[in-house]
Amino acid sequence: MDAPLLSVRGLTKHFKPSAFSRGPVVRALEDVSFDVPRGSVVGLVGESGSGKTTIGRSILRLVEPTSGEVRFNGTDLTKLSTAELRKQRRFMQYIFQDPFASLSPRMTIGQILTEGLEIQGGLSREERSTRARQALAAVELPADAFNRYAHEFSGGQRQRIGIARALALDPQLIVADEPVSALDVSIQAQIVNLLRDLQQRLGLTMLFISHDLAVVEYICDTVIVLYLGRIMEIAPSAELYARPRHPYTRALLSAIPSPVPGDRRQRQLLTGDIPSPANPPSGCVFRTRCPYAIDACAAAVPPLETVGPGHLKACIRDDL
Amino acid sequence: MVAIALPRSNGPLARSLSRFVGNGAAVAGLMILLPVLIAVLTYDLWWPHAPNDIDLRALNKGPSAAHWFGTDGVGRDVLARLLQGGRISLLVAGVSVAISLVIGFLVGALAAFGGRITDGSTMRLVDLAMTLPPVILLLVLASIAGTGIVPTIFVISLLSWPVLSRMVRARLLELRERDFVVAARGMGANLWHLLFRHGLPNCIDILVVYATLQIANAILLEAGLSFLGLGIPPPEASWGNMLNAARSTVVLEQYVWQWMFPGAALVLAVLAINFIGDGLRDAFDPRSDLN
Ligand SMILES: Nc1ncnc2c1ncn2[C@@H]1O[C@H](COP(=O)(O)OP(=O)(O)OP(=O)(O)O)[C@@H](O)[C@H]1O
Ligand code: SF4
Ligand SMILES: [Mg+2]
Repeated sequence: MDAPLLSVRGLTKHFKPSAFSRGPVVRALEDVSFDVPRGSVVGLVGESGSGKTTIGRSILRLVEPTSGEVRFNGTDLTKLSTAELRKQRRFMQYIFQDPFASLSPRMTIGQILTEGLEIQGGLSREERSTRARQALAAVELPADAFNRYAHEFSGGQRQRIGIARALALDPQLIVADEPVSALDVSIQAQIVNLLRDLQQRLGLTMLFISHDLAVVEYICDTVIVLYLGRIMEIAPSAELYARPRHPYTRALLSAIPSPVPGDRRQRQLLTGDIPSPANPPSGCVFRTRCPYAIDACAAAVPPLETVGPGHLKACIRDDL
Repeated sequence: MVAIALPRSNGPLARSLSRFVGNGAAVAGLMILLPVLIAVLTYDLWWPHAPNDIDLRALNKGPSAAHWFGTDGVGRDVLARLLQGGRISLLVAGVSVAISLVIGFLVGALAAFGGRITDGSTMRLVDLAMTLPPVILLLVLASIAGTGIVPTIFVISLLSWPVLSRMVRARLLELRERDFVVAARGMGANLWHLLFRHGLPNCIDILVVYATLQIANAILLEAGLSFLGLGIPPPEASWGNMLNAARSTVVLEQYVWQWMFPGAALVLAVLAINFIGDGLRDAFDPRSDLN
């Protein structure tokens, strides 16, 4: 088998309080490891505050990880100098959640789309413009958008522009951070379909962040379930939905309304609040809300263990 | 195709401009300032008297056909001195504001992008500069730097950048976390790109408003310094030293034109510039679109 395009090992991020304010260290990520095979879409799900954005940004070193390795094409990005990293950046692009904040109000769409090419250098003005227009066409926006400003577009159109900006650099990896959760439900499907088409047509590798399990099931090959900065379960998409092994995944899945009326699947609703990442529980971080928790759960952090082909879970109870 | 054709609308700068044009006071300010500016810049083409020409037959003469604004105690034409003084005042104000714009922006940028330690130490320095009483600082600096155009410019610019650098820093700190700036970093942008492609355009409102209001302020500072004899020394004319020359009781009571015209020019110019500055501030504030 091919080596994965992206391979994350032991990724940890602790946000330290600023030099002038005293406060707790926020343990946003603890020892996160996973692979993203070339050409696949890996989903990252978890509740708000579980560290999804921090993973996405740490991978691209938009947030400086505290420790861990991020191997991209075999190169550990965390070890690169600023100049070396700059050269790698064209191969990995980010799509933002908020289509309003992610486009500069003072630049035309053309300037936004050519910005990355200009930064990376090596192309003439005409070539940059041609590439940007191709990207605009790829996201199905009219060519006359080129000389307009972002405020003239709707949320869905702006998100297309954000996607075009990422595509203009011809990247290998795209990190899409909840690309549809700020959009109207009616627009969400269009954007998800667009992303899927582009991914397949261009052979992109994608890390798709979402808190919507239904969207993730549709677009992803593999799903990673995150809770309080730790991975709870990793499984191929179909497998995860059919046979979730981790109590947290089960709780998440049972919270999705069933499309079949009268379906009385056993519903386990999550009770209680997520603990603060500044002061996570000992042992299994999920134990304060886990219906199956036993005393041993508090003792040690459960390791991610293989329970099937490509299926891993971090739970000490194998009887579940 | 998903996108519907939208009516073309203008960029953010064009929209600010149209808001400015709709502001009565600001446009009035511009109507006052523009003729004054043109007169000041072109007076030697159409006014027969030079600012330092002495007419010994006309000492302390009131306004007449030959000397519209009268003459001063040594027979110099007040209008010519007023217009030359305007040149000097505007030159000093313009150059010192330009200098403090550059310093203020760069220091603000250094604080915002330079990391915690640079930020902390730069801002303590700015705090220090801001807590010193400006009048005293001005007097001390002026007595060290001496009199003349260049020292006056130096003193005024040194006094006025700290406020700007605070505003620029606050704006850039906020900007740094905005998604489109993170996107630029994600595409490999260096500090230079971030500063001049994102930082500067998004500070343009602060800079323009500051520059306008600060020009008015600098005109006043120059007048104040010159009035105290620390700014532009005679025989060079400036609005401040014209007022200084006219401060004796005799002049005050009997030769009203010698101080009234420079005084009025000062007040009018400063007011007009302030109106323009306020208008620009409103024009750049997106919330004013809602009204
Ligand atoms: N710059 C920062 N400084 C301090 N703490 C941070 C910072 N960024 C994120 N955090 C904290 O790290 C944790 C994870 O945040 P993150 O934004 O990665 O979560 P998320 O899963 O993306 O949530 P959401 O679904 O709301 O986007 C949160 O507790 C958050 O408060
Ligand atoms: S380790 Fe214990 S607390 Fe954690 S999920 Fe498994 S059973 Fe629940
Ligand atoms: Mg997030």
